[in-house]
Amino acid sequence: MILNIKVNYMLICRTVLKEQLDALDVDYSIKSLGEIEFKKKPSEAQFLKLTEAFEKYGIELLEDSQNGLVQLIKEAIAHLLNNVEDVRKYNISTYLTEELKYSYSYLSTLFSEATHSSIENFIILKKIDLAKHMIIHKNLTLTEIAYSLNYSSVAHLSAQFKKTTGLTPSTFQRIIKKRKEREVMP
Amino acid sequence: MNIILADDDADDRTLFEEAIDEIEIKTKLSLFNDGKALMDYLLLPNCMLPEIIFLDLNMPIKDGLQCLTEIRENETLRNVCVAIYSTSSSEEDIEETFVKGANIYINKPNSFKALKKAVERVLKLNWQYHTSTLNRDNFLLRL
Repeated sequence: MILNIKVNYMLICRTVLKEQLDALDVDYSIKSLGEIEFKKKPSEAQFLKLTEAFEKYGIELLEDSQNGLVQLIKEAIAHLLNNVEDVRKYNISTYLTEELKYSYSYLSTLFSEATHSSIENFIILKKIDLAKHMIIHKNLTLTEIAYSLNYSSVAHLSAQFKKTTGLTPSTFQRIIKKRKEREVMP
Repeated sequence: MNIILADDDADDRTLFEEAIDEIEIKTKLSLFNDGKALMDYLLLPNCMLPEIIFLDLNMPIKDGLQCLTEIRENETLRNVCVAIYSTSSSEEDIEETFVKGANIYINKPNSFKALKKAVERVLKLNWQYHTSTLNRDNFLLRL
């Protein structure tokens, strides 16, 4: 049997961060996921301990705060897109500004410089990635997918899918299905 | 970024190399004349795996489809991004390469400008897949 689960990634991350930081016995606050503020600079030994503790969970300490911010932008976008009500309620630039406390123009410039791609492009890529997932795993119709990703119409979703992948949603679905039948690993 | 092109046509290799030189992403390109030379290289024990392999379909000794199949069946090579780079534009051919595990299908563009644009788009997109939580299993692109 297959059991479908819904995971709150933000909560998992926050819990892990909190547990590991508490164990370190320092004064800190989690400003946002990916940004931790220490009241006093931790010692080398504490840094080492933290690096080791985080490593198990695939959490890395980033030297470069700009790189960290780019990751934060990506995570915030992913988080927003995973939540149907929020996607339909928020405008992305407002959402990012509220979440990350930087102006949208600053975030936008930083993102483009670091990734060779604009925030807008990344959002499209991410939305199409989610659409693919929904087509394959959730058996949703294009109408339902268009609604949950806040496209104004099925035509708009199909056109953006085609533009992003070069394939129509139905060709994409057929390819993935055939791969599964023949057990081809991508 | 490390990338590889396997193509038996010398002109196509040269054009591709020039396109790579002119784009803004820093790239190290290795060239192979046929599928067998490519596979021999990839199977070397200390081989530095490339981020993307561009594969021509029609090559002597070992063709692109054979290479693709071997790459997808190999435990260490399985996850490398494979871009088919071919003159064929038959829908059936294209779908077949995707089903066999290709990530990208590029119809050889007929101008240098278009080639440069295509290569740039592929490298940027692959970079996004590399650095973001996008599902690689569903990475398909047709240019």
